[in-house]
Amino acid sequence: MTQLSVNGHDYAVHGDVGTTLAETLRDELALTGTKVACAEGHCGACTVLVDGTPVLSCITLVHTVEGSEVTTIEGLRDHPLVDAFVRTDALQCGFCTPGQIVSAVALVSRTPDPSSDEIKHAMAGNICRCGAYPKIEEAIRTWRD
Amino acid sequence: MARLIRTEKEVEGRYEEVWIVVEEDALEQWPAGPRRIVGQPAARIDGRERATGQAVYTADLALPGMLHTAVLRSPHPRARVTHLDLAPALALPGVHAAIGPGDIPQLVDECNYQGVAVAAVCADTLAEARAAVRAIDARFDVLEPLLDPDEAVARGHLLAEPRVRSRGDVERGFADADVVVEAEFRTQVVLHNSLETHQAIVEWVGDGVDVNISTQYIWGIRDGVAEGLGLPPDKVRVVCHYMGGGFGSKNSPDDYTFIAAELARRTQRAVKCALTRREEHTAAGNRNATIQRLRIGARSDGTLTAMSGEFVNAVGWGGWSSSTEGPMQMLYACPNVSTTTHGAKLNLPPMKAFRAPGFVEGTFGLEALLDELAAKLDIDPLELRRLNHADQDEVEGRAYSGKNLLECYRRAEAHWNRRHEVRSRSTDVVKRGVGMASQIWYGGGGPPSYAWVRVGSDGRAAVVTAMQDIGTGTRTAMAQIAAEELGIPLDHVTVSLGDSARGPYAAISAGSSTTPSMGPAVRAAAADARRQIDEIAEQRGTPDAPLAEIVALLEDAQILGKGARGPNPTGMQVLTFGVQVVEVAVDVETGEVTVERVAAVHDVGRVINPLGASSQIEGGIIQGIGHTLSEERLHDRVTGRLLTTTLESYRMPTIADVPEIVSELVDEPDPHLTNLGSKGLGEPPIVPIAAAIANAIRDATGADVRRLPISREEMLRALREAAAREKERVGAPARV
Repeated sequence: MTQLSVNGHDYAVHGDVGTTLAETLRDELALTGTKVACAEGHCGACTVLVDGTPVLSCITLVHTVEGSEVTTIEGLRDHPLVDAFVRTDALQCGFCTPGQIVSAVALVSRTPDPSSDEIKHAMAGNICRCGAYPKIEEAIRTWRD
Repeated sequence: MARLIRTEKEVEGRYEEVWIVVEEDALEQWPAGPRRIVGQPAARIDGRERATGQAVYTADLALPGMLHTAVLRSPHPRARVTHLDLAPALALPGVHAAIGPGDIPQLVDECNYQGVAVAAVCADTLAEARAAVRAIDARFDVLEPLLDPDEAVARGHLLAEPRVRSRGDVERGFADADVVVEAEFRTQVVLHNSLETHQAIVEWVGDGVDVNISTQYIWGIRDGVAEGLGLPPDKVRVVCHYMGGGFGSKNSPDDYTFIAAELARRTQRAVKCALTRREEHTAAGNRNATIQRLRIGARSDGTLTAMSGEFVNAVGWGGWSSSTEGPMQMLYACPNVSTTTHGAKLNLPPMKAFRAPGFVEGTFGLEALLDELAAKLDIDPLELRRLNHADQDEVEGRAYSGKNLLECYRRAEAHWNRRHEVRSRSTDVVKRGVGMASQIWYGGGGPPSYAWVRVGSDGRAAVVTAMQDIGTGTRTAMAQIAAEELGIPLDHVTVSLGDSARGPYAAISAGSSTTPSMGPAVRAAAADARRQIDEIAEQRGTPDAPLAEIVALLEDAQILGKGARGPNPTGMQVLTFGVQVVEVAVDVETGEVTVERVAAVHDVGRVINPLGASSQIEGGIIQGIGHTLSEERLHDRVTGRLLTTTLESYRMPTIADVPEIVSELVDEPDPHLTNLGSKGLGEPPIVPIAAAIANAIRDATGADVRRLPISREEMLRALREAAAREKERVGAPARV
């Protein structure tokens, strides 16, 4: 068993060798807000925070984050960035959106007023095939409005 | 009264005649311009569910007892299975069933493209299913694949007879021309790469099946599954509440649905079959490559006299030969046009519709060559386009139901006039320029489509229809239309969709048809409800009382309105139009092309939601920039094996690749189209972007790029060619 804290709740999860954090979150804890789109660390859809740092949960083995504080989109529902994404229409199909918001939360917690370049640097690992990028940038720029 | 009528139905340029039942009472269109709710920007009514991860996609569903599937796919472009033993897979822990060729038609032993399904296993966990597929003893006799489209055409290895379309006298037209330009253009294979991969969960319930599936067409899945399984359509229930992108690739049930259905039948459990990202790159469809050999003739005053094209669609092993010749046939007034289109059948994965199939590719060739013509004639490219504007559809001699392309050109002038300033910002190494291209595409939608509107005593309304929202924001647009017609606030309307058992037939979300097909049905249903409420008010002697006061009398009773999509205007051509102006910077040392600014002006009739519409435009342009500059599915020229099977090797745009995008819509209702005058916007923005970029590159550097993607290699090739041409031209007088 692996001890894990997710969104402020403590869990003992199976954590067999080879089990990823994304699998544990989605399959064992039913926290399906974290999406898996490529399962090999290329697209950013599965981004979660581990002790405040964005990580790709699809290529993070769950036993390596034992004792850490994991934050998923379910733990960020009241974050102003959620309303900013909805207000600015920064999502279309929405499949990448939880990962986008988690990455953006990590950015604004370090840099509350990010420049356009800082936004592009921090968010370039999150692919949106619908191309909501201009409005994702707007959402992050205006997240405290 | 219900009327049975015969009318035309168009999806992505393909017409069919259909019988439909029309029961709508005709409604006058609203006057042009923004209204109380329709035409006002609205945030998505389901935005919060999607943003917070509460929206449940097919990928998130776990049904009780559900089994997981892995599929053995051919690793070879052409091979014969000589031996297949499923026993080692069945012996592994957690495995419930395994199927192979002969069990269902979707599993084959004659493999004609890499990724075709051969066998499948279901198990308690995905890891167990994958281990079992690896254990299958499969041997292949590898055969030589046919990969070259020109060779396939020469050998007559085609999907169908070549499509020949001709009007006027092309030879005469070219003889009358003062200037003739000709060139060969090539476009590459690109992949849809919806972030939610293709997947379905199938469960047998009683004597029917429930199908949860990521799809663009609930009713098409219902009919396709019913036909494939030999069931009456009503025994197939199809559910898709949220789906993670499709772009044309999720219109049909495909192998994964039938694999899940057969494994579910054998195990009597719910079975999920989901493609991996790598399977998505081989077996989920693609935008096929094309070769276009084009010729345009014009008089010295710019009047087009003739156009001809030979098009080869490198379709792959299946699919169809899309209308790559469409833009040449339809975009300009030209009396003499002749095109021949071949669909080459190759040992490569089958194409599927991808956001304006054919027109994206064909517009690149036509509009790039038109600018070469403009340069030869020394006529401004915008003036050349205006000069050859088509006042009526020249293919079938039909009037346009509505066309505001000249107004699009007028509004584009401000952006076009920036070119002198943009060019002046060039340096020795970085050259800047501006290019433009026009857009023509379908997007009128059509019948049949139905909606119900339910109003309760709380004054709130629910739109009920079994359509899907693939991410374009149709839920929100339908709520706006119903709220407008009923005269109630937007947040008093909910939209219930996504389930064939809980709503009437709704159109496919493809061909830019959802809003123009569904919107008029929703408005008709809301008007029907409104009429009933007015009748109640009349009987109560308070005809002018507000809706809330009337329905408050209802207690548990409900008002049910129903509406149907009426026919398209008979004998008219319903199309969308637009123009895009692009600014680029080209590093002439490295060949790197950067798109710095895109201005888009489109004409899609009445705009329901300007906020969602601008998102559609931006998304189409960004996907088009990927198509133009970075995306290409590569295969080995000898073995045919696919080389780009991950999102690392297949390069899609990120937020760092996005230029400034300025968008504008003419927002003039199409006077002949439905009770709304609205057309679709999903596809038009991706149509002209590649040509506009190529034309901006010519403006910046004088180089003619003729191949997509415009990689650094292609850019440097075009620059070398331009330099050699210049040397020839400058050097010529000395030799005299």
